[in-house]
Amino acid sequence: MASPIEQFQIKPIIPVINFTNSSLFMVGAVAVIVGGLMLATRKRALVPGRAQSVAEVLHDFVAGTLRDAAGDEGMKFFPLVFSLFMFVLTANLLGMIPGFFTVTSHVIVTFSLAILVIGTVIVYGFVKHGTHFLGLFVPSGVPAWLLPFIVVIELISFLSRPISLSLRLFANMLAGHIALKVFAGFVVALLGAGGALTILAPLPLLMAVALMALEFLVAALQAYVFTVLTCIYLNDALHPGH
Amino acid sequence: MADPTKRNGEDGQEPTSSDDANLTARLKSLDARIDQASAQRTKMTESQSRSKSDSSALGQAFRLSAEFVSGVVAGGIVGWIVDHLFGISPWGLIVCIILGFCAGMLNLLRAAGLMKGARYDEKR
Repeated sequence: MASPIEQFQIKPIIPVINFTNSSLFMVGAVAVIVGGLMLATRKRALVPGRAQSVAEVLHDFVAGTLRDAAGDEGMKFFPLVFSLFMFVLTANLLGMIPGFFTVTSHVIVTFSLAILVIGTVIVYGFVKHGTHFLGLFVPSGVPAWLLPFIVVIELISFLSRPISLSLRLFANMLAGHIALKVFAGFVVALLGAGGALTILAPLPLLMAVALMALEFLVAALQAYVFTVLTCIYLNDALHPGH
Repeated sequence: MADPTKRNGEDGQEPTSSDDANLTARLKSLDARIDQASAQRTKMTESQSRSKSDSSALGQAFRLSAEFVSGVVAGGIVGWIVDHLFGISPWGLIVCIILGFCAGMLNLLRAAGLMKGARYDEKR
C-alpha cells in the first residue's frame, strides 16, 4: 500500500531550472484560470451565456466580499484579491482530481501568498499613512502602565497574521488529502485481508466518498476564507485608526 | 346584496358610513401591523443569513484554532530572535511565548467577534 504522504512528494521534471511537479501545477492552475476566463468572456454578450455567467458570478462575488470588508476604497486592490482567490480556488480544485498534485498542501506556497498579502498591507500602509500606520499597534484608551505590554501583544498579534493565514489553508488541504488517502487505503487492505474482512471493504469506500464531498467543500471554503481575511487585513492598511 | 365583496354590518343591514370609516381604520391598523411584522422578519432573516455565511461551523472551527496557534508560534519566533540578538536565552523565549499566548487569545476573541476591533476603552 502506498504511503498516504507520498502524494506530496516534490519531483523534479526539468532539473536544470528546478522545474518540479509543483511548478507544473502552478503553471497549470494559472493556465486554467487565464484560459477559462478568456474563453468565458470572449463573446462579451449583453445577455451572458453559461460560461460568461460563471465568470461574472466569480467577479461579483469577490468584488462584493472586498467591498463589504474594505469599502469602495478597497476596490483598488481588486486585481490582487481576485488573482489570489482564483489561484487558491483553482489550485485546491485541481488537487481534487485523482493523481494530481495539490500545490496549496505545501506550507511554503501558502506562506509566500500570505507574505505577499501582509507585505502589501505594510508597504501600502506606510506609503499612505506614514508613521500614523504604527497607530495600529497603539490602541486608544489604554492605561499608561499597561501600554508597553499591549503594544508588544498587538505586535505579536500582527506578526501572527501571515502564519495563521498560511497555516489554515495548508493544514486543511494536507489533512484532507491524507484522510482521503488513508480511507482509500483501508479499502485495499480489507480486500487483501480475505475472509470475513472482505465484506467490510465497502464501508471505508463509503467514507472515502463522503470525505471527497467534504473536501470539495473545504477546497472552496478555504479559498473564500483566505480571500475574506486578505480583505480584512487590507482594510487595516486603508484605515489604520481603529 | 349582489356584490359579495361588500361588507355588511353585523346584523345584516346595508353598510352605513360610520361602518365604512370603521373598516378603513381597521384596514389601516392591519396594514401597519403587517409592515411591522415583515420588517421584523427581513431583519431576522438578514441577521440569520449573515451569521450563516460568516460561519459555516467547520470553517469557523478551523479558523479559530489556527488563530490561536499562530499567536503562540509568532510569539515563539519573536522570542527566539530576541534571544539570538541580545544573548539573554532563555528569557526572551519564555516572556515572548507568554505574550504570544496573550496575542493568540486576542486573535481568538477578535475572530469570534467577542471584541470588535481593538477598543479597550469601550467598557469603561
